[in-house]
Amino acid sequence: MNTRLVGGLVLLGLLVASCLAGLLLVDLDDARPLSAAIAHPPSAEYWLGTDTAGRDLAAVLVLGTLLTAKVGLLAGLIGITVGTVLAFVAAYYGGWTDRLISAVVDVLLTVPGLLVLIVLASAYPGQMTTTLMALVIAGLAWREPARQIRSQVLVMREANYVRMARLSGQGGLSIIFHEMIPNLLPYLGAGLVSAVSAAILASVGLEALGLGPRGEPTLGMTIYWMILDGAFLRGLWWWILEPVAVLIILFVGMYLLVTGLDETANPRLRRRA
Amino acid sequence: MFVVWLGQRLLLLLAVVFTAASLNFLLPKLAPKNPVETKLLQLTESGGALTDIKDLVRAYEEKFGLDKPLLTQYGNYLRSMARFDLGYSIAHYPARVIDLILRALPWTIGLLLTATFLAFGIGTVLGALIAWERGSRILGFLAPGVMVLAALPYYLLGLVLVYLFAFTWRLFPLQGGFSITAVPALTATFVLDVLRHSILPALSIVLASIGTWALAMRGMMITVQGEDYMAYAQANGLSAGRRFFSYGLRNALLPQVTALALQIGHLAAGAVLVERVFGYPGLGNLLFQAIEQSDYFVIYGVVFIIVLMIAGMMLLVDLLYPLLDPRVRPGGAG
Repeated sequence: MNTRLVGGLVLLGLLVASCLAGLLLVDLDDARPLSAAIAHPPSAEYWLGTDTAGRDLAAVLVLGTLLTAKVGLLAGLIGITVGTVLAFVAAYYGGWTDRLISAVVDVLLTVPGLLVLIVLASAYPGQMTTTLMALVIAGLAWREPARQIRSQVLVMREANYVRMARLSGQGGLSIIFHEMIPNLLPYLGAGLVSAVSAAILASVGLEALGLGPRGEPTLGMTIYWMILDGAFLRGLWWWILEPVAVLIILFVGMYLLVTGLDETANPRLRRRA
Repeated sequence: MFVVWLGQRLLLLLAVVFTAASLNFLLPKLAPKNPVETKLLQLTESGGALTDIKDLVRAYEEKFGLDKPLLTQYGNYLRSMARFDLGYSIAHYPARVIDLILRALPWTIGLLLTATFLAFGIGTVLGALIAWERGSRILGFLAPGVMVLAALPYYLLGLVLVYLFAFTWRLFPLQGGFSITAVPALTATFVLDVLRHSILPALSIVLASIGTWALAMRGMMITVQGEDYMAYAQANGLSAGRRFFSYGLRNALLPQVTALALQIGHLAAGAVLVERVFGYPGLGNLLFQAIEQSDYFVIYGVVFIIVLMIAGMMLLVDLLYPLLDPRVRPGGAG
């Protein structure tokens, strides 16, 4: 076990544990506007204070973490699935199919992702939801998995056990599912984690710019409302510190987990000396 | 050799800009309701004081009307983009999008260039030192902290910095590119005022990206240290400083510069969000206001110009590369 992996798991575990505790202790309905006092500092009644729209921040943070995780997981899962399918189609069948898919992936990888997502997300004014958000982000999330897994499959295609299977008359799909996928699982796992992490990063960024779901209190929307309503000018320190702290734990945890998994899955990256 | 390479770089730049422009045109059409037309329809229906807006709608219909075939619309669109004709702002009609962008552009370029090169310089030297001086206690203490900062998006670090330095300790202004009371002119007071406002936004980009550079450089430097020429240099009795700069750093720097070209897009996108946090009067803030007002021509225009800017900076880094690596210099060996 390497220290990064452990550090990442501890931080994310902490977040999951506080969410579970929060589910038992706070009423998630209080995350709606006007369900609590306005801009109330942390107190016995409102442990983490409230915002200017009368949301109880304890409920907002629990629900927000869950919603943000939902966007990340959904977008990451779609991204890795679509990417893997494309990678197999490209690498296994080769020829023009491969050239076309690789060219599209390469071209799309050159354009800055967040900017394309801004154009994509701005097409749904007022109709944004967390699910739609996940779909929008998934629209670009398949690029990296497609490229990485394609190169793995290319190597694997020439491996002896795959040749053996081909010689013994196994069909293409059977080889893919019985020989290749099981061997790819560590890569797919690491790829999924980094896809989820990238999706969360993108979703919080889009939300902070005002492209997020206005009816759902995700962590990014909490940042958006906080800046928009001038929490700094009004001196509402708790409204600033709490979502920022949760996001820092989330991002550092995901970063440690991703780099830790990379080191484990890819021995060449293992730290020298 | 060099000409071919330069040609390839220019082609890549064109490909990036062309793709970005095409996506700008196509993506909104994927939505079930075309957002631009919905917005324009709302405006014409609400009518009233906004009679001017009819000119805008007419100009739009002429070029992109639904009666025109998609290919004609696309052709019109690409032709306008090539001429930097980005249309009119819907919210601030009759202001032209390109004028709004030109007003905001210097702020973004200034912030981005300063922060990028500061972070690149500091991070690279720091990473090289971490690899060189293994066992140094200060660096051993500094390294993990810098790496953790690299995990954070710039704007989040920006929020932390505002909280500490502007909100709690009141050392720097909370918001904006200059004070409301300042008179924009080329005077010492105004320049100082602008600098004071730019320190926190720049610092959040620098602090958050130093780690990326340091991490990459550290790995590169460790590889370089294992090379025979390093042992040879030491055997020749060259000073540690000479070995560090001319033998180690110089060689380890090459992949780092390539990485810089690749990172610029990430940096620019990050800067957009930093500007939002600080209310900095650059492209990021313009983009944010446009999103709030569903001002689509401004959104698409800003995205297009940022992509253009990124592609241009990538080309610039590529052109600087031969200065560092004699092997790709025109007329050089190889």
